[in-house]
Amino acid sequence: MDHGTTQAPPDRPIRLRLNGAEVEVAAPADEKLLYVLRGDFGLKGTRYGCGAGDCGACMVLVDGAPTPACDLPLWAAAGRAVTTVEGVGARAPALVDAFVAAQAAQCGYCASGVIVSAAALLARDPLPDESAVRAALDAHLCRCGAHNRMVRAVLAASRAQADG
Amino acid sequence: MADIGALLAQRSLAKAPRIGDWLAFDPAGEVIVRTGKAELGQGILTALALIAAEELGVDARRVRVPAVSTRGSPDEDYTAGSFSVSVSGGAVRLACAAARSLLLQAAAERLAVSPDSLTIADGVVADGVGYWNGLPPDAMARRIDSVMVSGKAGARQGALGRLDLPDKFAGRPRFIQDLELPGLLFGRVVRSHRPGSRLEAFDDARAAAVPGVVRIVRDGAFIGVLARREEAAARAAQRLHEDCRWTPPPIAPPDDASWLVQHALEPDAVVADEPSDRSAVHTLEASYSKPYIAHAAIGPSCGVARFDPEGGLEVWSHTQGVFPLRRELALILGLAEDRIVVNHMEGAGCYGHNGAEDAALDAVLMARAVPGRAVKVQWTRADEFAHEPYGPVMLMRLGAGLDAEGRVVSWRHDLWSNGHTGRPGRSKQPSLLAAAEVAGGQARAPAMDPPIEGGGGSHRNAVPLYDFPARQVTRHLVAYEPVRVSSLRSLGAFANVFAIESFVDELAELSGQDPVAFRLRHLSDERARAVITAAADRAGRGAPREGRSLGLGFARYKNTGAYCAAIAETDEAHPLGLGRLVLAVDAGRIVSPDGVLNQVEGGAVQAASWTLKEAVTLKDGQPPLAWPDYPILRFSEVPQVEAVLLDRPEQPSLGVGECVHGPVAAAIANAFARAYGVRVRNLPITRERILAAST
Repeated sequence: MDHGTTQAPPDRPIRLRLNGAEVEVAAPADEKLLYVLRGDFGLKGTRYGCGAGDCGACMVLVDGAPTPACDLPLWAAAGRAVTTVEGVGARAPALVDAFVAAQAAQCGYCASGVIVSAAALLARDPLPDESAVRAALDAHLCRCGAHNRMVRAVLAASRAQADG
Repeated sequence: MADIGALLAQRSLAKAPRIGDWLAFDPAGEVIVRTGKAELGQGILTALALIAAEELGVDARRVRVPAVSTRGSPDEDYTAGSFSVSVSGGAVRLACAAARSLLLQAAAERLAVSPDSLTIADGVVADGVGYWNGLPPDAMARRIDSVMVSGKAGARQGALGRLDLPDKFAGRPRFIQDLELPGLLFGRVVRSHRPGSRLEAFDDARAAAVPGVVRIVRDGAFIGVLARREEAAARAAQRLHEDCRWTPPPIAPPDDASWLVQHALEPDAVVADEPSDRSAVHTLEASYSKPYIAHAAIGPSCGVARFDPEGGLEVWSHTQGVFPLRRELALILGLAEDRIVVNHMEGAGCYGHNGAEDAALDAVLMARAVPGRAVKVQWTRADEFAHEPYGPVMLMRLGAGLDAEGRVVSWRHDLWSNGHTGRPGRSKQPSLLAAAEVAGGQARAPAMDPPIEGGGGSHRNAVPLYDFPARQVTRHLVAYEPVRVSSLRSLGAFANVFAIESFVDELAELSGQDPVAFRLRHLSDERARAVITAAADRAGRGAPREGRSLGLGFARYKNTGAYCAAIAETDEAHPLGLGRLVLAVDAGRIVSPDGVLNQVEGGAVQAASWTLKEAVTLKDGQPPLAWPDYPILRFSEVPQVEAVLLDRPEQPSLGVGECVHGPVAAAIANAFARAYGVRVRNLPITRERILAAST
């Protein structure tokens, strides 16, 4: 809890690798990565959902591991590789295409976070079975009930990846 | 029964009677369709594009459907009640048919042939002239009802994917939360997490000291912060929340539904048939209830507003009704409606009246403090859980008599509930949160029930579709509203259908009848019989797989909308015991088959979540503030869902957003009752309640 401390500007800009590019961030070091991505880099695919890491709408990859950006201070990402859904789409378009083909959303607010976790799963386990997909996505909440479509999309992407 | 969708389409057309109110043909070869309905994640923009493409005979990819705005869109009130496809779709269909007819008539005159002998290929008539260069000059100004219809609609183009999804999957800006405007300030509101609290002490010293804070806004008990960076706004709001003090309201609402009975107004009859002349040999009574349920959108509410230097106001909101919101804002601000523009921008799925319009008013009040600057107010997860209006608590008491042959000879259904809609823009009294918080603010208008002719509220689907005689259906409306409530997807239908269909199974069991056969012998509506039969066949009726039990639920939504039969199949290996849901749906003519499937499958999963897990419990008055306080279904808990669509090309199209919720709840209740040998009549049906009922 923040009691009376003031945000000191960082001694020097924080560097990290964002979607494959080395970047320098002038934002205060204790700001949440979520706001830095959305505000300073215009990467709107990382979404605010709960601010507590409970829902997965803000999922990004930090050194390849799915990590909620909403409660991760910027300093904790310093020197690491951060990949957002925009980066996943650039590197693994087949996964995004599979979501389009499966029409795997209703409102779509949770989908970008789900795609990020799915990318991490497929990197680790290229041919997961259905229960492995569900387990990998269990950190994500979807309120529209598009779960089964998203699971099918991930399975279809894994098959496309294996065939291609 | 009159086709309500067609009647409402006529209402839309009365306000926007000309072809040009609905359609434009862009010189670049696009067709622009204007609608008064909002994209809520249900795919309405895509469905309207498909309808226009079909009626006009153009490729659906040429059709663009911009978001609704009070600047230029037809006024179609709220996007609610599963009416969008029948109402806006109906109006767009008529406007497009009129445009097609004018094109064909003009071409026929030129070519000296009959209009009906001509065909349109992707918007172009045989002689190379199309909508973009071949309509008479006054076409767009023509009244739709003045045009004699010629020609026929083109082929249905059901395979178009949702127009909005590629952006959302790629992470491109699309949601209101993503809106960027020059000089935008980030706002947060600060409210007690106990709704109805009184502000006792205000101290903004620490909040104002957060670097980047531009302004602390205070008007009476309405408190907010404005900052240049979003993090600064969030941090300052957190401090303000710690440093202000509120007194919670004295009375905490009870945690079961029994309090409703003590506070009921005079009952009113929804249906009061003559008493039966047949005598009952069996009688049965049972009570059912549902708790408060939260909309719990994944993305908390957000509003954006800007006053121009002349005092005009522009607002961006994920509201379900830009015109009603404009009316409400005009009422609260004392501003003429024509000084206000409200634009729809997509938010996370809303499923009814959530915090969207409250956040819009919050943004307006903060923008008023910084004229000329755009302000974006983002609610937190705690704001949303604590302050959104919940779907009301309901209590249902059912009774029936059966004759010696096991036929129903009398039917009674009493229900107790608050009203089911507290939407803004509906009364002379504001309904938005901040309107009551500002200095001199007015008390909030209580929730009302929409009239039964429009589908009803708490009494929605309280009248069973079965051919029961001697029905007594009675509503006991409750005015005392200890917690704010309003419209949640399907309104009272969820609880009424859960109760009716649970009770029907109990009657079948009492008289030793098969639940499917028992329903069919009381049901003469052929479309109703067809969905029940289709679902039962698909689920393997009578022969559930080893160790599994089946349960059925059925309703026609509002008794005038889509038909749905749901079958639940238990599975002990599944974390919550629910392995599979099978749905059969008849929604008339299907516009977008995958769009319908998506709504039906998603609705079924959401209904399963409500049924198995969800309840807003207000222990000592404390609402949920975070997801761990309000668990919903997770990926590992979601059942398999199979849906069968019965296409009826000759019937009007009906919405499908709400038809599955009640049937799914009942199907689960009935399957679990069979599997575990005990029945849980109070939602949610948790393992704890099943165990408690077993002992």
